[in-house]
Amino acid sequence: MNTIGKAFKFGDNIDTDLIIPARYLNSTDPKELAMYCMQDIDEEFTDKISEGDIIVGGKNFGCGSSREHAPLAIKGAGISCVIAKSYARIFYRNSFNIGLPILESEEASEKISQGDEIQVDFTKGIIKNITKKEEYKADKFPEFIQSIIKYNGLVGYVKNKLEQGDYNDL
Amino acid sequence: MGMTMTQKIIAAHCGKEIVTAGEFVEMNLDIVLGNDITTPVAINEFNKMGASEVFDKNKIVIVLDHFTPNKDIKSAQQCKISREFAKEKEIKNFFDVGQMGIEHALLPEKGLVVSGDTVIGADSHTCTYGALGAFSTGVGSTDMAGGMALGTTWIKVPEAIKINVIGKKKPFVSGKDLILHLIGKIGVDGATYKSIEFTGSGIKNLSMDDRFSISNMAVEAGGKNGIFPVDDKTIKYMEERKIKDWSIFEADEDALYDEEITINLDELNPTVAFPSSPENTKDIEDIGVIKIDQVMIGSCTNGRIEDMRAAAQILKGKKVADGVRTIIIPATQEVYKQCIKEGILEIFIDAGAVISTPTCGPCLGGHMGILASGEKAVTTTNRNFVGRMGHKESEVYLASPAVAAASAVTGKIQNPNKI
Repeated sequence: MNTIGKAFKFGDNIDTDLIIPARYLNSTDPKELAMYCMQDIDEEFTDKISEGDIIVGGKNFGCGSSREHAPLAIKGAGISCVIAKSYARIFYRNSFNIGLPILESEEASEKISQGDEIQVDFTKGIIKNITKKEEYKADKFPEFIQSIIKYNGLVGYVKNKLEQGDYNDL
Repeated sequence: MGMTMTQKIIAAHCGKEIVTAGEFVEMNLDIVLGNDITTPVAINEFNKMGASEVFDKNKIVIVLDHFTPNKDIKSAQQCKISREFAKEKEIKNFFDVGQMGIEHALLPEKGLVVSGDTVIGADSHTCTYGALGAFSTGVGSTDMAGGMALGTTWIKVPEAIKINVIGKKKPFVSGKDLILHLIGKIGVDGATYKSIEFTGSGIKNLSMDDRFSISNMAVEAGGKNGIFPVDDKTIKYMEERKIKDWSIFEADEDALYDEEITINLDELNPTVAFPSSPENTKDIEDIGVIKIDQVMIGSCTNGRIEDMRAAAQILKGKKVADGVRTIIIPATQEVYKQCIKEGILEIFIDAGAVISTPTCGPCLGGHMGILASGEKAVTTTNRNFVGRMGHKESEVYLASPAVAAASAVTGKIQNPNKI
């Protein structure tokens, strides 16, 4: 699986209130949430991005609240992937659970500049910077996380368990 | 190699003698929690999973606390979805307006969580129950849905940081000051994926309400949980509310910790986190003159009876400064009632404060005290991110109830020892 898009760069500790302010949490519709994505850090963010673009963050991306509305808003906005140095743990879980592709790469986070054209090969974990003609390797996800990805998220994973009647396969 | 307290609870809930940090396990759950913001999303996912019934009607808790009493039509719709689901699935512990309180104050108070329990909640501050010696952590809505369907969840067994608490608190110092100090020290990602395990001779000098505030903000350091050993105070607290049995786990002597930090309560002063990060902390002695427009005392961090008493002690016989809107929100109906019994509400009203029914409301910029651009607030809540309580150009300073109440009186961030 591959994706290609323009990089939108953010700093460290991008919190869930920046990703989707709580005042919009009275909706659960990803398309509606997407309208306000990153609003308090960049008012024009949703006007500037195109389908498939990529968010590049620093360390501790997605810290703060457990709101799944945060990865939903990013996904709903058409962002194809988030690359960061590290993630806050609930955001990390939520992203896999809802099927928002995220990658961890310190090198990519540091070297990618705003507006760079980026190609991501999810299967190989390779991040290609087309603008800068560079290539970075993303950290490999633990095997268990890969099994969730295989089921396209936690819904598929749990569905399979319910169908198999298998509640304890780890 | 021994296990930490958290690892022992996880091991006991996944049928293993030993678990080690970094291992992925499927853990049995004693409580699965959601609120009015996160439950509607979870219900969608629950249905998509093809689940028809919840795993145990007695082990799901739904609390409508964030945008309630319904702040607008959309919020009302979200609550309605949660309410109908609870009715249809016969969920025993469903708390609506009238019975509800802020979830993390309510569950311990009702005896729904006890030591040794495993809890996941679709709310990041679910880590609060570590104060009782339970393993509890925040998750998203899809995890809540999975938990409701299966009664289990996947967990990566966490590494740990040990916090050795010694000494005794000085006047007007509380658990809130300890946790703010710690976050200032290790940073907002200082404990990411890890459990924060409190221990030491100073623990006995921390009340249960101190411990709830401390565990509550473990997530603000990135922690998976923040847990306290069970002592006489914990047992007394649980006995007064007993509806189920508990079990007590202790860390092994040779448990492995990534890091050990000592906090001496004798040296701890009231502490304030400046905008716009909980790690941006300052000792009250090092703060210049910062004039404020609003004070909020309440939330899952500091809306318990001791917090109300600390505020009342300062506000008694005094008036809040002109131009400082002072909003006080007891976290639960029980706390509210106790405030009435003790004459605390009268003290607040006479001082010029307003009192609200329990709600998370202003903490996350929902309702009941939103800030305009350029306004500054001292609040007892847990996050001061950009736009957290309103306009993106407003500023939130996090502090204890004593500091917040003292600040309300003088109209600037105030050391409660010097009022």
